[in-house]
Amino acid sequence: MFEAAYASRVPVLLKGPTGCGKTRFVEHMAWRLKRPLVTVACHDDLTAADLVGRYLVVDGETVWVDGPLARAVRAGAICYLDEIVEARKDTTVVIHPLADTRRVLPMEKLGEFLVAPPEFMLVLSYNPGYQSVLKELKASTRQRFVAMEFGYPASALEEKIVAAESGVASDVAAKLVRFGGMTRNLKGNGLDEGASTRLLVHAGHLIARGVAPRAACSGAITQALSDDPEMIAAVNELAAAVF
Amino acid sequence: MKHALSRRELEDRLDDMLFTVLSARRTAASLAGGLAELGRAQQDLALHWVHVAAQNTGELGFQVASMMPQALAAFDRAGVERWVLDALDVYDREGLHAASASLRDFGAFRRRVEGERAGVSLSEMARTLELFLRGLSGRSLGVEPADLAWTDTDTVYLPERIGARPDRESNRRLYVATAAFLWGQARYGTFNADLDAAADAASSDRERALAWIAVLEAMRIEGWFARQYPGLAGKLRELRAPWPEALVPVADSLAIEGASIDDTVGLLRAVARDAPPALPPWAGVLRVSRARRAREERMEREKKDLSKQIDALRESLKGEGLQPDDLQLEASYDTMEVSASLDGDSVEVSELVEQLVQSMMQDHGRVPDDLMAPSVDGTYAADAGASPPQEGGRAPEEHKEGGILYPEWDHRRGDYRKEWCALFESDVPPGDAGYVDRVKEKYRGPIAQLKRRFEALRGEDRLLRREPDGDGIDFDAVVEAWAEAKTGREPSDRLFTRRRRTERNIAAMFMVDMSGSTKGWINECEREALVMLCEALETLGDRYAIYGFSGWTRKRCEIYRVKTFDETLSPAVRARIAGVAPKDYTRMGVAVRHLTKLLNKVDARTRVLFTLSDGKPDDFHDGYRGAYGIEDTRKALIEARLSGVHPFCITIDREARDYLPRLYGPASWTIVDDVTQLPMKSAEIYRRLTA
Repeated sequence: MFEAAYASRVPVLLKGPTGCGKTRFVEHMAWRLKRPLVTVACHDDLTAADLVGRYLVVDGETVWVDGPLARAVRAGAICYLDEIVEARKDTTVVIHPLADTRRVLPMEKLGEFLVAPPEFMLVLSYNPGYQSVLKELKASTRQRFVAMEFGYPASALEEKIVAAESGVASDVAAKLVRFGGMTRNLKGNGLDEGASTRLLVHAGHLIARGVAPRAACSGAITQALSDDPEMIAAVNELAAAVF
Repeated sequence: MKHALSRRELEDRLDDMLFTVLSARRTAASLAGGLAELGRAQQDLALHWVHVAAQNTGELGFQVASMMPQALAAFDRAGVERWVLDALDVYDREGLHAASASLRDFGAFRRRVEGERAGVSLSEMARTLELFLRGLSGRSLGVEPADLAWTDTDTVYLPERIGARPDRESNRRLYVATAAFLWGQARYGTFNADLDAAADAASSDRERALAWIAVLEAMRIEGWFARQYPGLAGKLRELRAPWPEALVPVADSLAIEGASIDDTVGLLRAVARDAPPALPPWAGVLRVSRARRAREERMEREKKDLSKQIDALRESLKGEGLQPDDLQLEASYDTMEVSASLDGDSVEVSELVEQLVQSMMQDHGRVPDDLMAPSVDGTYAADAGASPPQEGGRAPEEHKEGGILYPEWDHRRGDYRKEWCALFESDVPPGDAGYVDRVKEKYRGPIAQLKRRFEALRGEDRLLRREPDGDGIDFDAVVEAWAEAKTGREPSDRLFTRRRRTERNIAAMFMVDMSGSTKGWINECEREALVMLCEALETLGDRYAIYGFSGWTRKRCEIYRVKTFDETLSPAVRARIAGVAPKDYTRMGVAVRHLTKLLNKVDARTRVLFTLSDGKPDDFHDGYRGAYGIEDTRKALIEARLSGVHPFCITIDREARDYLPRLYGPASWTIVDDVTQLPMKSAEIYRRLTA
């Protein structure tokens, strides 16, 4: 699907909870398509200028410096805007002309219209799990994209991933995945998200280096999920139930 | 150092405190005698607690006074305090008789205190256990206190304290093990067979057979844990005595993969001839009929829910042009993973369906076949379980059951009365639908003015200058920096301008007095103030909610919903504003606590609790009037502030009374002396407060 979208020059929106492999997926596709990848982690103060570029004052001269988006367009790269909803609302608008048939990046301050080469591709990621009204993607933005939904992998596959990524034995990976599933049961009951595959891999790394499993789960997963002492106690008990 | 009080002085003071219960046979002199020998510090301590107890009832005060010398000899300062406070708690819960018994029983009190050091109470553990159980199963299991540990498969009942083990940590582990085991009974289907019938078939002694079932199930579930939750199995093993030698083969045979309740029942006849061994401490008791009832009700309910969901799923598949008759739902008993498929292709199912299927797997071991048959007409009767509409016009004495329980601060004790107020939420009965429009017409000029002023407050783009980083160049700063560089000074690097939208991120909760004392003008002005506030807040786009409060004794504290955070200013809300009417009394603390809780559920940077009331907190009959109510409300406001809420109190009062600073001290507050000013002022106050 991603390749078909790439061939048709349609931008892609990746939806899914944090740590389920969206970034890894884009990296993999960039490798498959043999294109450079420009990744921008969006934050709540990311401005249009941060993406497009701005004048900087260097030695008393004003010098134009391209932002990452402009560089990606020029290079015909895959530009990946991670967690786009974190960026300010007006920022998302600058990608609109890039994301439809025009495929141009207007650079007002430079008076230039940057036309994207056919190799260029725009990919956004977005986590629908934050159910905050402030963090919803505008319809005018999302309707320009082909959306691909990601979830946590099924347990058998997730076990393989955890084992392969972290180097733990398959029975340990299975326990980690079972524990992960239990924390996902708590989503919406005090946890915003359950443990992601990424966190399970982190815990796996620690275990592979000889950290006791319960301590590894507590450090890599429990403490990452919550600051609430009762929740931490409960999640630690869950880890203790498995290990 | 102050000198010790003489017998005479003590007698006078005790007389003052206890005159209501003293008589010719019960004199202050006899009490004073016991205290006269003590040092001044102990005398003061004694008098203090006698005073505290006497404020609840004189009788309790008298008893505290008469037992105080013994108590002082037996306990330290903190012990005496606990001794009195415990008795007052018992008094609140069970009355005078039980409270006197509690005072008299020094031995039990001492044991309790010692047990408490090592013991763990359910209230400390309840939330952790609930989360733990939810994590284990995904099906929510309540945790409730009871005399014994048992489960009806909907709720896990646990003792209020566990102090059987020598230290806190192992008592905690015992709680976790007990809760997990009871969850295991639900998860691995202990109640999926007719246990009474099985017991009768196996032995003439039903009780003994049931005791055996409990033992065998402990073995079987520990076996399941060993495979799926080895950590839990270890915990269970460590906390129980080893099985008797003769039973080890039985335990092994129940620990095999896939063992079900049928295996337990199958073994029952062979073992039930002998007396059963002692149950592990985490095994609780089996309450077969209660569990059966809960299970049947749940199965009924979930079957209905799931078939509704499946029908909806079928409809949506039909909408996609598919023929959904062969929809398959499956789940693995082992991992509880749910999958749905249609003609070999997998189909997405909602989380709700997943939960329902998982829950049914636990009760039936599979998804019942008849569910998958398409229902005849695809429609369902309305839920039979829906509650009937509430009746109005209750007698005031009537104590409703249920309600959300809140503690209340008793300043005389310097402690909370636990679970003291029962709070009920209901909608304000709608009033005249045209009311709001009439008020808007009446205040047309002021509202237009208000809107203009409030619009100015709305988040606007602001140009920030001299930023280290930004979209544009701040030329003033560049010129300055250039000049500085030329003169050899170090130029600033803050040369940019940046647009920044200052977003208002405020949630406001309005708490309106609906007590009887607002009758007349005050109520009229409160309603008008609400109309104005709604106009103002709609302009601003701030999130807000409006609730009224009133009450009649601690057992019936009422909160009336006018507008929740999720509602818009709909015609229904407008009608409810018109329906705000004087009700009963003003029990304010509990209302502050409840609304603070609601407010804290809203995700906002700033949370404001706005109270609108007249005069003092007051309630009928149980002593809320006066200092008690003021102190409780004050405490509730302090709690609100500590939880991150900004309380602001508007009080309508013609004479600025001296208690107001004490009452509203923890909050910001203001007095509106002319009630007709309230509509105009409250909007203005809100503007200033949130600008």
